[in-house]
Parts: sequence; structure tokens; C-alpha cells
Amino acid sequence: MADNGVNRGRRRFLVGATTVVGAVGAVGVAVPFVASWQPSARARAAGAPVRADISQLEPGQRITVEWRGRPVWVISRTEEMIERTENSDPGRFSDPDSERPQQPAYITGPLRSSRPEIGVLIGICTHLGCSPLYRPEPDAVDMDDWPGGFFCPCHGSYFDLAGRVFRNVPAPTNLEVPPYRFEGDDIIVGEDEENA
Amino acid sequence: MANPNKAKAEKGLMRWVDDRFPATQMVQDHLTKYYAPKNFNFFYIFGVLALLVLVNQILTGVWLTMSYNPSGEGAFASVEYIMRDVEWGWLIRYLHSTGASAFFVVIYLHMFRALLYGSYKAPRELVWIFGMTIYLLLMAEAFMGYLLPWGQMSYWGAQVIISLFATIPFVGPDLAQWIRGDFLISGITLNRFFALHVVALPIVILALVVLHIIALHEVGSNNPDGVDIKEKKDESGKPLDGIPFHPYYTVKDLVGIAIFLFVFAVVVFYFPEGGGYFLERPNFEPANPMVTPDHIAPVWYFTPFYAILRAITFDLGPLQAEFLGVLFMGGAIAILFVLPWLDRSPVRSMRYKGWMSRSMLIIFALSFVILGVLGAIPGTPVRTAVAQLCTVLYFAFFLLMPFYTKLEKTKPVPERVTG
Repeated sequence: MADNGVNRGRRRFLVGATTVVGAVGAVGVAVPFVASWQPSARARAAGAPVRADISQLEPGQRITVEWRGRPVWVISRTEEMIERTENSDPGRFSDPDSERPQQPAYITGPLRSSRPEIGVLIGICTHLGCSPLYRPEPDAVDMDDWPGGFFCPCHGSYFDLAGRVFRNVPAPTNLEVPPYRFEGDDIIVGEDEENA
Repeated sequence: MANPNKAKAEKGLMRWVDDRFPATQMVQDHLTKYYAPKNFNFFYIFGVLALLVLVNQILTGVWLTMSYNPSGEGAFASVEYIMRDVEWGWLIRYLHSTGASAFFVVIYLHMFRALLYGSYKAPRELVWIFGMTIYLLLMAEAFMGYLLPWGQMSYWGAQVIISLFATIPFVGPDLAQWIRGDFLISGITLNRFFALHVVALPIVILALVVLHIIALHEVGSNNPDGVDIKEKKDESGKPLDGIPFHPYYTVKDLVGIAIFLFVFAVVVFYFPEGGGYFLERPNFEPANPMVTPDHIAPVWYFTPFYAILRAITFDLGPLQAEFLGVLFMGGAIAILFVLPWLDRSPVRSMRYKGWMSRSMLIIFALSFVILGVLGAIPGTPVRTAVAQLCTVLYFAFFLLMPFYTKLEKTKPVPERVTG
């Protein structure tokens, strides 16, 4: 035989089969290395969603929960507060329709919330990270026709009760809305709505 | 099988080594019998300088590692410790931080030389591709290194860059989280960037530098005339226009190295912060996830690409502006890889190319510099419009190259190198 008894077909098959098995093995070995980059159990625990009972929250009242190291405000808005917020002139705000990505996709409308009476905002000014003060009453701050909202004492940024930033203040964007959902009496901050 | 024709020392210890390792052969292949064109000019120093800076980065980097603490709690303080308490720590750190900027100065000039004299053209495509890969990894290396001091600009610069990955449709947010290893940039991210910066990327970069040089020495160096010196050889097979790299260019390069080191030392000793461009001012404050600096700008060597990213302010079909910007920025680097196949000119060097190639190179270089300036300063509508124009010109240089290099009239290339 010209090939000195070498069965070329079998050799090609064996080389091919070895290559395939080796490639599968390489992919298998890559799995733990790639997966190792996912957030560790400790990181996941530190960033886990937080739960708060809001059944006792009085209208107009605010509670603060901590999520991923940042304060999250949960505000119960009264009918009157909702009305004042909805009826504000959109021209007074930089981003009245929440077009910039400062909220999950299911948060829309002037109230920037999934339930009109419950507002959820991350309490960090988008300018330089101070925590704004809660000033829900009309005339609570030195501004004409104040609809109620938040005032940042550091550099004088104003936000309405939906966290929308007023024009001509240092803060560039609306306050951030974290992902959240409701479960019975509780609000769970850090988890999206199931149907979202 | 050992090559029986291998060069070997006559006798002695060197002969003993040569029988076991091709030492003499390698010295001849890469130094004493590597014939480089005799007409190299000023632009041919930057390859050697890049090697020099690489050695500086590795040496100072190893020393910095000895005192640095890659944790969210300790990183910033350990850099201050290096600056104040470690003997000569300030010098070693400034050599490293200035070295990073020097690396990019040298690499950009090295790449410009390639554009000027057509060093990427056949048969040097692989030299170019290895070089481009080094450049890409060097950007990753510099980016990860910049996170390590854990200052405000480290943190927020990384925030901006990692957010770029989050703009990719569907997988983006998960990908960004995978890169961070946390829900926000944290000590976990810092620690993995440290591992990549200090171990993984340097190994790959060193390997690629070896490949770059082996590929170069296989095909031989180009020269300002773009003439192939291997075409004309004497009776013994040496190129008539070639001179041995050692001792001719090693000695000549020493002059360039001395001048470079002089400038480098002036920066290290008198302007180590580079006017806020080498070490940015917000980086003298520890990283704080709660406080965003007023103006986030990347280090100067990334600013041209950052300007391209910001220039894309419009959606295109289903593509959002943010993601489109990332695509353009990636494309601005990716298109360099295929440069050897875009240039259809029969000649290599700008000396013999026509007016269209020359004008386009000038336009390209100017738009790159203007983009670099725009990327470092806050955006305004006018600046964005200028950045958009420069982005168009940047891409036009490449996308129109197959046409203008083909259409234009070139000058005759001499048989032998000139000057």
C-alpha cells in the first residue's frame, strides 16, 4: 500500500473526534472561570432587595429604607399632593416626561410611580450626592407656586414630589427611581414588577 | 530537527551554549545580521522607545505592587502611603503614571509613522495587526490601571466606561454587572481589575510584542521611501541599502533614548500631574459612589474616542444614540485593523503618493487631534457639531481610502532608497 498501511479515513476521524471532545472540554473548563465573575454570594446579599411594611404609612408621611448603601424614600402622597404634582406646568421641569433613563421602563407619567399614592425615589441629589430635604407643603420653600417636593440644601436644587428636577438648578437629571414592586402590605425595593 | 546550518560560536562556553540553544543564531537574526534600511529617520525611534517605556512600566509596576493594597478600603490610602512614606515611592509612582502617558505618546507617533510611510502594507499586514492588538490591549491595561488609585476620577471614569457595555441591547446590563462583579463598582471590581492589570494583560501584551517583532524581522523593516531593500543585494546576499541593526541602529537609537529620557525626566520631576491631564485633579479625592464629579473626562489618550462617543446624539432606526455611540467608538478602533486592505495604492510611502492621500492624512490627523481636545472638555452644542464633523472626517479617511488611493496619480518610486 502506498500509505504504508495508514488508514487515512480512520486517522482523520480520530483526529476530528479528539478535537471535538477537546473543544467540549475546553468550554466546560471555561464555565467556572466565566461564572466566577458573577457577583459573589456576599455581594448578592449586600445588594439584595429590601422589604418594608407600608400599611402604617400615613398620607403625606415619608419613610426611608436603605438599599445598596443608598437611602430610598417611600412617600405616601395625599390626593392634594397628587393633584398639585399632576397640575404643575411641565415647562418648569428639565425632563417632565422622564425621558432620560433615571427610572425602570414601567415607571411613566408625571407622578413617576406605579401607584399614584406611593412615590419611591432614591434620596440622593443627582448633582453632587447630597440628600435633599422633604418639603411637601406649599410655600415651604422660597419659590413661587411651589407644588411640594424636595430641596437640596447643598447647592439649591429643587425637585417636585415625583422627583422631577426644576429648570435652572444645578442638578442635571430627575431623582432616580429604583425598581420596586408591592406584595401585600409590603413594598420590595430592588425587584422589578413581575409583569414588567 | 536542529538546523545544521545554524550559526555557532567557534569554541568555548558560547559553543557549548550554541550546541544546546540557538543563542548566536538569534543574536545574528535579530541584531548583528538583521539588516535595517539605512535611510531611517526620526520617526523610526518610537518602536524602540515603546519597548523602553514597556520595561519602565513593568519595573515600576512590580515595585508599586509591593506597597499597594487592592481593596476598596485600602487602595486610596495605600497610594498615599506610597507617595509619602515609602522610600522613593513618589518617584516610582510618578515614573509609572508618567510612563502610561508616555507610552501613548510614543505609540501614537509610532502608528502615525506607519500611516506616513505605508508600513502596514503587504507584506507587513501581520506586523500591523499584532501592533493594533497591542494598542487595544494597552488601552484596556491603561483603563484598568487608572481604577487602581481609587480616586474620584478612577471611580467615575470606570463607571462611564463600564456603562458603555450596559448600552448593548438585551445583554448589556447583565454584561456590565458581570464585568463589575457587583451591582455597582466596588472593591470587588477593583480587585479583579488589579489582577488583570498586573498579571493577565501584561503577559498577553509581552507575548504580542514578541510576535510583533518576530513578524517584523521576518519581512524586514519598511523605510521612508517604502522601497523593498531586499530586492537589491550584493554578492553575499546582504541588502545594498541595509545596515546591521547592531551596532548601527542600537548606537543611533541611544541618542533618541537620551533625548526621550531627558523630556521624560522633566515631566516626572516638574510636571508629574501633566497639568491635570496625566493625573486628573478629582483623583486626589477618594472614590465616593454618592458624589459625581462635575465633569468626568477620561485621561487624554482616550479623549478622541470619547469625543466620537459623545458626538453621536441621534437615534438611527432601532439603535438608540447611546449604543450607536458605542458602535462608532468601537468602529473607530476596529477600522484600523483592516487598514492594510483599504489602501489600494501601488506605492507605500507618502513621499510617492498623490495629493489626495496626503490631504486625507493631514485631515485625519487634524480631526484626531481636534477630537482629542473636544473629548477632554465639557460638551456644548457647537462643540458637539464640530465633533460630529471630525467624526465624519475620521471615518472618511478610511472608508474613502480604497477610492482615492486607486484614483490618484502616484510618483515613480526610486530603485534604491534616497538620502
